[in-house]
Amino acid sequence: MEVRVANVRKEFERFPALHDVSLDIKSGELIALLGPSGSGKTTLLRLIAGLERPTKGKIFFGEEDASQKSIQERNVGFVFQHYALFRHMTVADNVGFGLKVRHGPTRPSAQEIRRRASELLDLVQLSGLEKRYPAQLSGGQRQRVALARAMAIEPRVLLLDEPFGALDAQVRRELRRWLRDIHDATGHTTVFVTHDQEEALELADRVVVMSQGSIEQVGTADEIYDTPNSPFVYGFIGESSSIPVKVEDGQVWIADRPIGLSAPQAPQGEATLFFRPHDVDLVDECNGCIAGTVAASRRVAGTRRVELEIGGDRQRVEIELPVDHPAAQKSRVVFRPRRWKLFPAA
Amino acid sequence: MADPEIKSYAPHHESQSAAVTEGRPAKAVLMIVAFAFLGIFLLLPLIVVFNEAFAKGLDAYTEALASPDTRSAIRLTLLVAAISVPLNIVFGISAAWAIAKFEFKGKAFLTTLIDLPFSVSPVISGLVYVLLFGAQGLFGAWLKAHGIVILFAVPGIVLATVFVTFPFVARELIPLMQEQGNGDEEAALSLGANGWQAFWYVTLPNVKWGLLYGVLLCNARAMGEFGAVSVVSGHIRGLTNTMPLHVEILYNEYNAAAAFAVASLLAGLALVTLVLKTLLEMRYGAELAATRGH
Repeated sequence: MEVRVANVRKEFERFPALHDVSLDIKSGELIALLGPSGSGKTTLLRLIAGLERPTKGKIFFGEEDASQKSIQERNVGFVFQHYALFRHMTVADNVGFGLKVRHGPTRPSAQEIRRRASELLDLVQLSGLEKRYPAQLSGGQRQRVALARAMAIEPRVLLLDEPFGALDAQVRRELRRWLRDIHDATGHTTVFVTHDQEEALELADRVVVMSQGSIEQVGTADEIYDTPNSPFVYGFIGESSSIPVKVEDGQVWIADRPIGLSAPQAPQGEATLFFRPHDVDLVDECNGCIAGTVAASRRVAGTRRVELEIGGDRQRVEIELPVDHPAAQKSRVVFRPRRWKLFPAA
Repeated sequence: MADPEIKSYAPHHESQSAAVTEGRPAKAVLMIVAFAFLGIFLLLPLIVVFNEAFAKGLDAYTEALASPDTRSAIRLTLLVAAISVPLNIVFGISAAWAIAKFEFKGKAFLTTLIDLPFSVSPVISGLVYVLLFGAQGLFGAWLKAHGIVILFAVPGIVLATVFVTFPFVARELIPLMQEQGNGDEEAALSLGANGWQAFWYVTLPNVKWGLLYGVLLCNARAMGEFGAVSVVSGHIRGLTNTMPLHVEILYNEYNAAAAFAVASLLAGLALVTLVLKTLLEMRYGAELAATRGH
C-alpha cells in the first residue's frame, strides 16, 4: 500500500508540531523517521495511523483519502513504544484480539483465531508461549508479541513507534536484523520512528530526517550520509566538524589564508565548512591547508581523535588520525578535508 | 507503564541499616503504645458491642432482630445501598475516565469537587437537601405541587447517601487510570475495537481490582452513614429508619440489648468489609506489582 502525506500541518493547542510536511512512501518500502526528540517524528507516525487528525493537509492510502477516517477504518498495524500489551490477557489472546473484536461475518471462529495466533507466534519465533502473560515475558519477547498482534489484522501499513527504544543494546541489534527479515518475508509497507541513526541507516530502505517539525532530507543511507543537504543533517548524521570560513574569488579562506579548497559555484561571503573528522588528508607542507595546534588527543577504539585549535581566534575542530600516525605525537597538525561541503552562513 | 527495565521491588525490611534501626527498648515501647492504642480504641469497643448484644442471651438477640421495625430498618439499609452503590460505580468510572484520559478546562475543579463530601460534615450535606427539597426549600413548593416526596422519605435518604459516598469509587480509580494512561486503549482501537469494546475488554479489566476495592468501601459507608441520613430521614419507625438510625432510637429508649444487637450486625458488616479489603489488598497489590514495569 502506498502512503502519501500531502502538505500536512499539525498543531497542538495552537503550538505547531508539524509544518507543511509532504512524504511519498512506496508500497512495500521500509521507511525510518529519524530525528531528535521534539522533531515531530512520532506525531507524523500517529497522523498516518489516525491516532491524530491533521490540522491541515491530507493523508492518502493508495488513491483513497484517509485523512478523515478513524484508526479502526484505516486498518493499520501500530506497535507502541512500550508495546501496550493487554496485561490481563495471555499472549495468544493479545495476538487474537484484533480478530476477536471484528463484527459479523468478518469475525473468524474462536478456533480459527487460535490457529492464526499460533501461526503468527511461529513467525515471530515465540511458539510455545501462547499461555504466558505479558508480565512473564522479557522485553524482546514483548516486542515480538506486539508485532504479531499488529500483523494479525492484516494491516495495510505497519507503523512502529521507537520499536527498539526500551531494549538493551544486544537485544536491539538482534531484533533489528529480525525485523528486516520479517519485512522482507511479508512485504508490508512499514514506517518506524527512531532517534537512533545507526538503526535508521542500517535498517531502512529510505531514511526521513526530521527536525523541528519539518522534513530535512529523504534518501537512502548512502545519500543521507554522503550528501547531506543541510547543516542540520550534516551535524546530526554521523560525526562532523565545522569551521566558519569565507568564500572569495572561488576560494575558501580561513581568516586571511586560503586553505586550498576551490568552490567556484559557492556564493561570495561568510559560510560554514563541514567535513567528516575521518575524511581528511594529512599534509606535510602547508601550502593551502588548515593548520592547527593540538589541544587534546583521545584514543577512541581504532583511531585517535585530535582536537585542534585553528587560527587567531582558536576555533576548535576535531579530526581522526590512525593510531600509529606520527602526526599524533606532534603539537602541530596540518591537514586538508578530502570530502567537504559549504553552507552559506545563516 | 514505566520503562520496562525498571522494576519496582517491595522494600527489603531485613536490609535496613543499623543507623535507622531503633534499639530493643525503644522498639518495645513503640509497639506497646501502638497495640495499646488499637486495643483500647478499636478492639475493646468491638468486643463491648458483641458482649452487650448477647448480654440477655441468644433469644433476646434474635427477638430484637426479628422485630418488624428492625427488619424494616435492615431492608431500607440494603435498599439504599443497592441503589447508591451502582449509581456511584457509574459516576465513579465516568469521572475517573474523564479526569484520567482527557484534558479539559475545569479538570482541577472537578477533582476538588469529588473530594468535597470528604471535607464537609455529613450533617451539612443532609441540611443542604433540606434547604433544597424541604417545605420551605428552593424546590419545596414545586415538589409539593407535583406530589413528589423527597425529604423524610426513601429518595432523600438515597440522595444523601449518594452524596456522602461518591468519592470512594472515583478516588480509587483516578490515580490508577492516570498511571495506566491511554496506551492500552489506543492499542485496542488500532486493532479495530470500537469504544465500547475497548472499555469492556481493556479498560475495565485493567482497573477491576481497584474498582472492587472502591465498591467495598463505598458499600460499607452507604450502610453505615448516620449524619446526613439522620437529617433527611425524619426517623419514622418502620418507614425511614436505616440501621444506624434505628440503633440510636433503640438506645435512646434504654433498650440497650436491642440497640447492640442491631449494632452488632453493622459491626459484623465492618468486619467482613475489613477482611475482604485485606484479601483484596493482597491480591491487588500482587497484581499491581506484576503489571508495573510493563
